[in-house]
Amino acid sequence: MIPDRRGLALLGILLVIGAAPVGAGDAGTSMNGPGTFPQQEGAALFQAVCQGCHQADAQGAVGAAAYPALARNIKLASAAYPVYTVLQGRKTMPPLASYLSDAQIAAVVNYVRTHFGNDYADTVSPEMVRSAREAH
Amino acid sequence: MQRMGSLNRRSLFAMIGAAAGASVMYDAMTSMGFATESKYSGPIKLHGDPKGASVLILGAGVAGMAAALELRNAGYKVQILEYNDRAGGRCWSLRGGDNYTELGGATQKCEFDKDLYLNPGPWRIPYHHRALLDYCRRLGVALEPFIQVNYNAYIHSSGHFGGKARRFREVQADFHGHIAELLAKTTAQGKLDQPVSKEDTEILLTALKQWGALDDSYSYKEGIRSSGRRGYDKPPGGGLSSTPIASKPIELRELLQSGVWQTLSSGQEYDWQSSIFQPVGGMDMIAKGFAREVGHLIRYNAKVTAILQDAHGVTVNYVDARTGGAPEQARADWCLCTIPLSVLNQIEISVGTPMANAISAVPYASAVKTGLQFKRRFWEQDEAIYGGITFTDLPICQISYPSTSYGSSGKGVLLGSFTAAAGNFGFNATGAYEFTGMSPVERVKKAVEYGALIHPQYREEFENGISVAWHRVPSSFGCFGVWSDEARAEHYRNLCAIDGRILLAGEHASDLPGWQEGAVLSALDAITRLHQRVMAA
Repeated sequence: MIPDRRGLALLGILLVIGAAPVGAGDAGTSMNGPGTFPQQEGAALFQAVCQGCHQADAQGAVGAAAYPALARNIKLASAAYPVYTVLQGRKTMPPLASYLSDAQIAAVVNYVRTHFGNDYADTVSPEMVRSAREAH
Repeated sequence: MQRMGSLNRRSLFAMIGAAAGASVMYDAMTSMGFATESKYSGPIKLHGDPKGASVLILGAGVAGMAAALELRNAGYKVQILEYNDRAGGRCWSLRGGDNYTELGGATQKCEFDKDLYLNPGPWRIPYHHRALLDYCRRLGVALEPFIQVNYNAYIHSSGHFGGKARRFREVQADFHGHIAELLAKTTAQGKLDQPVSKEDTEILLTALKQWGALDDSYSYKEGIRSSGRRGYDKPPGGGLSSTPIASKPIELRELLQSGVWQTLSSGQEYDWQSSIFQPVGGMDMIAKGFAREVGHLIRYNAKVTAILQDAHGVTVNYVDARTGGAPEQARADWCLCTIPLSVLNQIEISVGTPMANAISAVPYASAVKTGLQFKRRFWEQDEAIYGGITFTDLPICQISYPSTSYGSSGKGVLLGSFTAAAGNFGFNATGAYEFTGMSPVERVKKAVEYGALIHPQYREEFENGISVAWHRVPSSFGCFGVWSDEARAEHYRNLCAIDGRILLAGEHASDLPGWQEGAVLSALDAITRLHQRVMAA
């Protein structure tokens, strides 16, 4: 016996409603916004994702701890380093793998590696990001 | 696959649970022992003489000050180092006259009127946070109800209903009503898989009728019965204009597709159920209460640079957070470190690999709040919204109206945006990062722009605002620790274990991430173990 279509649709929706996930802190339940960043270009992604901590001029910031400058950062010489860091996070930096596509990560890493006094000729492809993502 | 799409008993209960919300689920969980109250049974008792043992506490937040209070009472020599020039840490309120400089250097001056404030961090205390509530009692911190659920606040889905926000009561009544009707009709037609017994079927039908405000034919439709839940087009009155006019329910299809149902459970989760409280006058009344007891033990503006232990004690190097200058040292027999892991993972600390790895394993949530002052409390005067939260899919996520001073004819401050991103969970996670990347001025501007789509009065009434993005807070570098299940399984016990003469506390060392109760319970647990160690020596 099959419920009418309305019932089927309803059942499907109801069964995926979850409670607020454990670990949500005092943030609570709210409307789901986009789960991933809409920006696709490197500059726009930098502004949306990176500059909150690393600052608009990529100079980083210092308080009780520090956000490193991305400007003139020799750790960016190897493209794998920022790709891995964006995907997996590193200490104070949160992992961003769930918020960004392979193409977005490639775009923002390429942007940072060619701006703010960085001038690295090799580029990261989405395929390289995918490989890094799958390796972990 | 077995009878896909049919309702068996188990999925029926899952469905009822999901639709009825956490209260039903919670009852079931409680009976299975899954949901337990705060493990707190009154003030801790640290018996015995510690014989002059000393403890250096890092961080004068709620965890650090609770520990200081109890250790001092037990006879320990206690000193506290604090990065900020104030006590409380994330237990914090911003008021008119306060200056706040975020990472990156932007300084905001809060221009709120007297007695108006924003709690940038924690802002509510559930009834089952017994430890924190007990400290409020002991410290003389007055509490008042925090309005979590306001039936007359809005749920707003910008692409639906012509952009018009719907009242919570309309959405809830209609969602429950339509589900009750569907389920009642399925039940009445005997279409339940492995049906409940005949007797239970009758009870279920009666329950659905009551729960969903159905009529005698188990329909949810326009009429006085449904308007008694969702509100009227014209409410009952007096005299010759007394007759109510019923309102028209929203169609199920529109309810489902708009996503407005997503926030109906906001007050049903254990953490946000009524009763839920806020300190009168701002969350930092708790910080001030603790500081009255242990404030004289605090060295402010102390930026910790190294935590070094040897066989006999712990030496902490620090510099003045404002001026830098020559390193200073503090030393004690023991060190209780409540520094957020987002900061601690960059500080030299002589602990073993297990604790060191744990310290580096926990990323911190992104969260942004914006407080907006208006010339008048138009939400009360125009819209009969007294406290509570409006939810929206706009990047501001939430608008929360002050749960205090109702009917005041003066100005008012509301929470104009609250976005958060915590690991794979986050409501409008990307919005939290984007707001963090804006200047404070932009954040306030955006909060006003978006909020005006729900409350057009914003355009006339807005005066000033202030915004806190937690990844730009110089003392914490994030909002709270986000433990993945894997990280917790691998690192949590190592984080909480005593390493030589060093141990950690704070919300990150609890199973209540982001809650002050977690900070307090972790502190009490830590100092209880510390005291046992001291007494055994």
